[in-house]
Amino acid sequence: MATTTTTVPSAGPVVGSRSFLSRLREGDEIARLITFLFAASVVLVTLLLVFELWQGSVLARHKFGLNFFFTRVWDPIFDQFGALPFIYGTVLTSAVALAIAVPLGIGAAIFLAELAPQKISDTLQFFIDLLAAVPSVIYGLLGVFIVIPLMRQYIQPALKSTLGFLPLFQGPAYGVGFLTAGIVLAIMVIPYIISVSREVLLSVPRDQREAALALGATRWESTWKVVVPFARNGIMGSIFLALARALGETMAVTMVIGNTPTISASLFSPGYSIAAVIANEFTEATGDLYLQALIELGLVLFLLTFILNGLARLMIVATSQKGGGMGHA
Amino acid sequence: MTSSLRWRKFVSGFMLTMTGVCAVVAVSVLFLILGYLVYHGGTSIGWNFFTKLPAPVGETGGGMANAILGSAKLLMLASLFGVPIGFFGAIYLAEFSGGTIAFVVRYAADLLNGVPSIVIGIFAYSLVVLPFKHFSTLAGGFALGLMMIPITLRSTEEFLRAVPGALREGAMALGASKSRMIATVIVPAAYRGILTAILLAFARVAGETAPLLFTAFGNRFWSPGWNQPTASLPVMIFTYAIAPYEDWHRQAWAAGLVLLGLILVVNIVARGILARGIAVPRS
Repeated sequence: MATTTTTVPSAGPVVGSRSFLSRLREGDEIARLITFLFAASVVLVTLLLVFELWQGSVLARHKFGLNFFFTRVWDPIFDQFGALPFIYGTVLTSAVALAIAVPLGIGAAIFLAELAPQKISDTLQFFIDLLAAVPSVIYGLLGVFIVIPLMRQYIQPALKSTLGFLPLFQGPAYGVGFLTAGIVLAIMVIPYIISVSREVLLSVPRDQREAALALGATRWESTWKVVVPFARNGIMGSIFLALARALGETMAVTMVIGNTPTISASLFSPGYSIAAVIANEFTEATGDLYLQALIELGLVLFLLTFILNGLARLMIVATSQKGGGMGHA
Repeated sequence: MTSSLRWRKFVSGFMLTMTGVCAVVAVSVLFLILGYLVYHGGTSIGWNFFTKLPAPVGETGGGMANAILGSAKLLMLASLFGVPIGFFGAIYLAEFSGGTIAFVVRYAADLLNGVPSIVIGIFAYSLVVLPFKHFSTLAGGFALGLMMIPITLRSTEEFLRAVPGALREGAMALGASKSRMIATVIVPAAYRGILTAILLAFARVAGETAPLLFTAFGNRFWSPGWNQPTASLPVMIFTYAIAPYEDWHRQAWAAGLVLLGLILVVNIVARGILARGIAVPRS
């Protein structure tokens, strides 16, 4: 989330003028040291995490190299590990999720930021925040017992009869699969898109809107052609944030994707994702290479989310600075 | 009115209505989730759910007493590990540090915050489970605590920084040392915000499942001490939901209702604490 913090004038000179000994006696140096150790441990533990992922996958990385990403055989018995079906599943489900979540999320954010009166906007935002707090296993639970039967009985047959000429919507309707996982993911990431986009939209200066309206634009035109382009980077940032969430999401996807390593153009087909295969097979992984291949998948996931989160933060910060950071009322 | 203007006005009204529809759809999901959980879970919650161990596979009945206790133990460990690091780390960032170190710490915290929870699980597995050679409450608590650090740290720092400079200067002018000023003026002034941050971090990890799968693992019995695999509510929901038994599904719903109830209550309380406080910027 975009953060602009009020800088507090430091009382530097006062502290600086005291001697080191007096500061030591008063406990300042000790306090500084202790809190520093806590702060440093955050850095340490993060470095350790990267190191463990790198070190823990060294065998697999050396054995398979780049082929890891381009082979589709995943056979623990013969120690053959190719990640392609999982990467495919992760990318496809995330793409489906964004295709649904982006228009809905941005639409809702526009309503909250531009249209709704403050009170209604704040109330709805409160519910959105609560929605973001719902744990993923609960989404999985509803996915298994509500979404899957719905997909199998109504949505997939309906899609097949209307859009069945597209390869996307062919094949038997199992209920589980890429589409179901994508829909559940979409529901999960919408709150993130709404919260961040709303804040970014609120940070767009008022005179931008007024200028557009004064030129005779309708309310929608001023929103869509002036306000949204002004906030474009920040909205993109919110989408990257949502994408990073979707890529790394484990439980809900594991419960509805079908857990079959297939690569299929059909969204109805059961599939698998990186996070899901780690969740399902990690405890059963016998043999070093098997475990290392799974850790390498974890490393891939880590790097992907690391890059996306970094980009997202840059874009969000850039937009709120452009708007003078007015969104933090 | 020209026809083109009429058209533009129509488009404007239509699109703005659609944004409202989007908002209603997004928010209604919350009530759908709550509705389904109450509908399916409400009938399955009883005294047994809170007091009995899971029934042997194939038998109906039983409860999740061990999972509830397991979750409580895991969350206690996580808080004991994550909150101090986040809290004192934030004090260092807000009060003591210079630019470079603060940047590095913040960067690390943001990085940690973005790590998918399943990867946190892998990390805790290699760091705690492998050396001890078995799954344990300890490993699960470590994984969850790790996830609490960045949330606590970043929000606490913001609330500390939001304390007005005049308060600092007042304390300094009265001759307080810096550590005394922090302990008696700054932290008390920001305590509502800090409490909110800690509660939100708690609520966030309370529902985490993925990091527990191969750290705390699971257990159908009580888990004595801290060094045994333990059951937890989120993992129970997962295993029960994907199992083929009707009675387990019923209990999964009940556990889901309990878990979500806890998380939503903590969230609402946390936000309530903040709302009643002095004007501090929301992050």
